[in-house]
Amino acid sequence: MLSGESLKKIDTEVAKYPADQKQSAVMAALALAQEEKGHLSTEVMDFVAGYLGMAPVAVFEVASFYTMYDLAPVGRHKLCVCTNLPCALSGAVEAAEHLKKKLGIDWNETTPDGRFTLKQGECFGACGDAPVVLVNNKKMASFMTPEAIDKMLAELQK
Amino acid sequence: MNSAHPPFDPGIYGPEAVLMKGITGENWRLKDYEARGGYAALKKILAEKMAPDAVIAELKRSALRGRGGAGFPTGLKWSFMPRQAPGAKYMVCNSDEGEPGTFKDRDILRYNPHQVIEGMAIGVYATGSTAGYNYIHGEIWDIYERFEEALAEARAAGYIGRNVLGSDFSWELYAHHGWGAYICGEETALLESIEGKKGQPRFRPPFPASYGLYGRPTTINNTETFAAVPWIMLNGGQAYLELGRPNNGGTKIFSVSGHVERPGNYEVRLGTPFAKLLEMAGGMRGGRRIKAVIPGGSSAPVVPGQVMMQTDLDYDAIAKAGSMLGSGAVIVMDETVCMVRALERLSYFYFEESCGQCTPCREGTGWMYRVVHRIESGRGRQEDLDLLANVAENIMGRTICALGDAAALPVRSFVKHFRDEFQYHIDHKHCLVGAHAAVVGNKAAV
Repeated sequence: MLSGESLKKIDTEVAKYPADQKQSAVMAALALAQEEKGHLSTEVMDFVAGYLGMAPVAVFEVASFYTMYDLAPVGRHKLCVCTNLPCALSGAVEAAEHLKKKLGIDWNETTPDGRFTLKQGECFGACGDAPVVLVNNKKMASFMTPEAIDKMLAELQK
Repeated sequence: MNSAHPPFDPGIYGPEAVLMKGITGENWRLKDYEARGGYAALKKILAEKMAPDAVIAELKRSALRGRGGAGFPTGLKWSFMPRQAPGAKYMVCNSDEGEPGTFKDRDILRYNPHQVIEGMAIGVYATGSTAGYNYIHGEIWDIYERFEEALAEARAAGYIGRNVLGSDFSWELYAHHGWGAYICGEETALLESIEGKKGQPRFRPPFPASYGLYGRPTTINNTETFAAVPWIMLNGGQAYLELGRPNNGGTKIFSVSGHVERPGNYEVRLGTPFAKLLEMAGGMRGGRRIKAVIPGGSSAPVVPGQVMMQTDLDYDAIAKAGSMLGSGAVIVMDETVCMVRALERLSYFYFEESCGQCTPCREGTGWMYRVVHRIESGRGRQEDLDLLANVAENIMGRTICALGDAAALPVRSFVKHFRDEFQYHIDHKHCLVGAHAAVVGNKAAV
């Protein structure tokens, strides 16, 4: 179900916790599984449950509680824009509107070519860099003026 | 980290910086930290076989208070740990920084990660703990990776592991990343999260010092709190106290966001006038007039700009101004801001982030958001301001954790200080400030 490389990384995470607390690695394991598979299907979540010796429902509870897990397919590039107050005071709403116009989609939609999904985020802890866009959960793009967004989209289109 | 990022400005932390002194943006590695005098405090404690009680006494003298938001005295917190209890005991660093307006821990971890590791080592030593975890906000992945690198450096150099620097002190430290849940910044939700569960806060008592991670005695401190510990142990609690004011020891990193010319982190002595911090941040953007300030992260009550201009930045002075120092996140708003729209955005946040465990918060945050939203959209009713007060009143003090209060406080303070704007929205179905000036956005961001 998951590659040997992912399993090795999960084992590294499991080793961080006491031997009888494998479940502590579930957040990292789900993040790794999502990275490999694109999103968390029931099959993938059940596999993680088996691997960590957890009840499948306990894994689903975690996957559905934390917002960065995707339980349904998303585009190749998931763009998450923080629109919370500090960011909104520094142009985040304009950044979001610009993205919506350029991509032709609204929040929680994916472009027809499957390249981009747009999501609204809540405080990434980077308000000094506002506006900020989180790309595929792991890359923080700072100071995203409309020009910077155009540049980013052009790079991701390649 | 991103092409759009401007060059690092080494002067950004200010001339009073203690924790971030000498930071260039590049010198985060172990050898750089050691060159700045890093790990000297740990070495001294181990070489002198300093009594754990003496470490805690020094911290108490420093009047260091928790930098995550609650401001609880750190030395006192450490003294709650049952040092003699057998078995595993834990020290947990709360780097789940997601309080809107706060972005200081991200800078500490990316520019000075070893300072946090050294502070945690001293904490583990003083509390008789066996291991530590650093819980890092999910959205800052590159900082998590950097911290893992710093951990590898510290392990290789013998600062973490068995018999640290040849002493009989042993400990372990690991990084754990979140994955998008504001509530995990609440310490017991954070513990649940490390245990591989939904991040839902626990009832207290029992407090973490007796029943924490995996049911073991645990102490949780904020990243900036740990970062302050090595300096205190090297220079003495009295010296740290004298950097600030009585009961408000030391320096504090303030994250300044919103309508200022240079948003960013500034480290100043506690008790510094807000007006000076504003000046360091380049003053008001475009020279506009200050309208309001949220001085301690979005959960802190809003303060009118003119009151804030007369207020000093320490725990007691900000409390006197009717708010709280919180995490030190200073959100500055100018005269163009529609306060109804600003509150609408904050209310949406708490509605979205309520973990759903307690009914008053789960239902109340939704009520408050919907009522503020309809006032903002010109559908407000005359009774809505009383309704908001009523819902806020019924959340306050009726939930397991502080998120409920955190959602209610902005509502109460915005309506209290800017009631005329809310009333105008209800009476005229549009904004008093003016549609063109509403810089929070032309559309509700939901």
